[in-house]
Amino acid sequence: MPISLPVVQSAPAPKGRAFARSAPDPAEDIREKVFELEAKGEWIVPRVPEPWVPVTTKYGRTKKIPLQHTWHHKSCGQCGHIPGYSTSIFWLHRKLGLDYNDPRDQTSCTAWNYYASATSNSAAQAAVAVRNFAAAHETGYFPQIHCGTSYGHYKEVREELVRHPELRAQVRDIMGKLGKPLVMPEEIVHYSEWVYAVRDRIAARQVHDFTGVTVTVHPACHYYKLVQEDAIYDPDVYGGQRTAVVSAVAQALGAKVADYSTWFDCCGFGFRHILVQRDFTRSFAVQRKIETPDVTLTHDTGCVTTLDKSQFAAQAHDKKVGIPVMSEAQFAALAMGAHPYRVCQLHWHSAEYRPLLEKMGIDWREAWREFEDDCERIKKGEKHFLTWEDVDA
Amino acid sequence: MALPQLDKYAHVPWEEKERLFEEVTADPRFADYLYGCYECGICVATCPSARFYDFSPRRIAQALAREDVALVYEQIQDDIWECSQCFSCLRCPRKNNPGGLVTIMREVAVRHGLASAKQALEGYSRIIYKIMSTGTQVSPDMIRPEAFPDWGPSAKETGDNLDVWRKAMPPETMHTTSMSWDVADKTLTELYLIWHMTGVMDMIKAVDEGLHMILVDVMEEKLEEAGYPLS
Ligand code: SF4
Ligand code: SF4
Repeated sequence: MPISLPVVQSAPAPKGRAFARSAPDPAEDIREKVFELEAKGEWIVPRVPEPWVPVTTKYGRTKKIPLQHTWHHKSCGQCGHIPGYSTSIFWLHRKLGLDYNDPRDQTSCTAWNYYASATSNSAAQAAVAVRNFAAAHETGYFPQIHCGTSYGHYKEVREELVRHPELRAQVRDIMGKLGKPLVMPEEIVHYSEWVYAVRDRIAARQVHDFTGVTVTVHPACHYYKLVQEDAIYDPDVYGGQRTAVVSAVAQALGAKVADYSTWFDCCGFGFRHILVQRDFTRSFAVQRKIETPDVTLTHDTGCVTTLDKSQFAAQAHDKKVGIPVMSEAQFAALAMGAHPYRVCQLHWHSAEYRPLLEKMGIDWREAWREFEDDCERIKKGEKHFLTWEDVDA
Repeated sequence: MALPQLDKYAHVPWEEKERLFEEVTADPRFADYLYGCYECGICVATCPSARFYDFSPRRIAQALAREDVALVYEQIQDDIWECSQCFSCLRCPRKNNPGGLVTIMREVAVRHGLASAKQALEGYSRIIYKIMSTGTQVSPDMIRPEAFPDWGPSAKETGDNLDVWRKAMPPETMHTTSMSWDVADKTLTELYLIWHMTGVMDMIKAVDEGLHMILVDVMEEKLEEAGYPLS
């Protein structure tokens, strides 16, 4: 018997939009469009400085990774809450003798807020990106982007600017008011791509043996899912089925890279959730079946924070916790003999990392004593700040 | 037995729902984010929010593709803030971007000051304040045990030692506590101009008038000094 359902409002017939499969094919290289727009005088395209390292992206294209002369687009989450992440990236450049610029004329990409609260829009996001690119261009240095979200978001912005002339016009107008040109770099480069490109140089300077260390790698969503065709893949790493950054670095350093079933899952960061709805974040982070590695490595701000900080509360649910979490930049720096506190700043991390340091052959007790001495001298006013010279002493 | 309510927003005028729907579909990003839907559910299988909430990226794509104005309205009110914006759903074989559709829907909710947006952003104002006023979203001085009780003793230890620990790191740009690094004043002025010129300040006003007033206050001085009076 038909049931009479109370249809309160009935939708009008759809307007019959014809859905075309018009997304750019992966065979289309957005960089060609960037150069076409440069040829038309639409924007300035700073080139990757020589010497660069060629790497291969998902569909077999070559991407240029600048070795040095890079403008460090810092990450607010890294510098703010896990500062050893940024410090290790800088330290690696210094130890490898590669020139870099750490600017004050830089804002964050503001995409954390864009994804969390939506109190922004395409034009604002594009203007923030282009302002930073223009600031880098003024210094003559080429952007190296520390945050995975900034990296992914800037590639979204590049697509939007390429596809929408009205957005370009709007952002050009805004930049004009700031006295800056429209600038779009030849490549958008993530720091983990640089670490991947220099992994053999790092391994050549390795002072600690990592062969007894088992790692799991959490690939960052905004690195390889957003604008996926631009991420690095390598047939020698997971048969080219998974992004090669981070894993290739751990392999080059002699660590055992263990596999696990939930590698594709997001960490649970959630942008808004990590700050105001952490029940979701915690639950998701600790549901990951990471099978007791010595350390979990990742290459983005939110992933380190989420996977590290979510472990404490999970003790109440008898979850296996106590797995140290860090970026591969910190891991690589430790391999090269970086100080675990002065450089890698591990005291900002929550999960227990000291057994890992012992396994690596690092005397954390002595290192902590040295760091506490530094802090004492700062407290007494004998020293204003820790310097690179102190770190290298 | 009472029948389930089919349209819990039946009281909202159709024109209002249609207006929001038109705004979502008129966004220049919309055509780049939706190409129809196979209903295959690949996006749902990858979606962390689908595992923890009554939320589905497939439903988002479907409702918009079917031009189901009432359902899209309901999703704007009830669903979109569950998405964690991870973009795992970009695995979609139709090259849809359900997470991107959610971003657009959220912006519409914010622009219209919908109650759902205000509720989702409750407790989030201090973060918006931080990013808009300093150009960096999370500052070291946000790490306080009362803000992050679930982070365990490390939040207290960091909070207790914050000033010294910030000085005990070598990069000169990072000896800061109220911003992630030392952003230059000129850079901040340029950022404030961007917020004003792109309508972001109006969006803030729609969801949080108090925050808007504070931000205008903070920005006014720097903008005036730089020769850009707000009036
Ligand atoms: S972006 Fe949102 S809808 Fe897409 S997979 Fe992530 S949580 Fe789900
Ligand atoms: S993956 Fe794409 S095609 Fe499949 S259900 Fe989701 S939106 Fe539709």
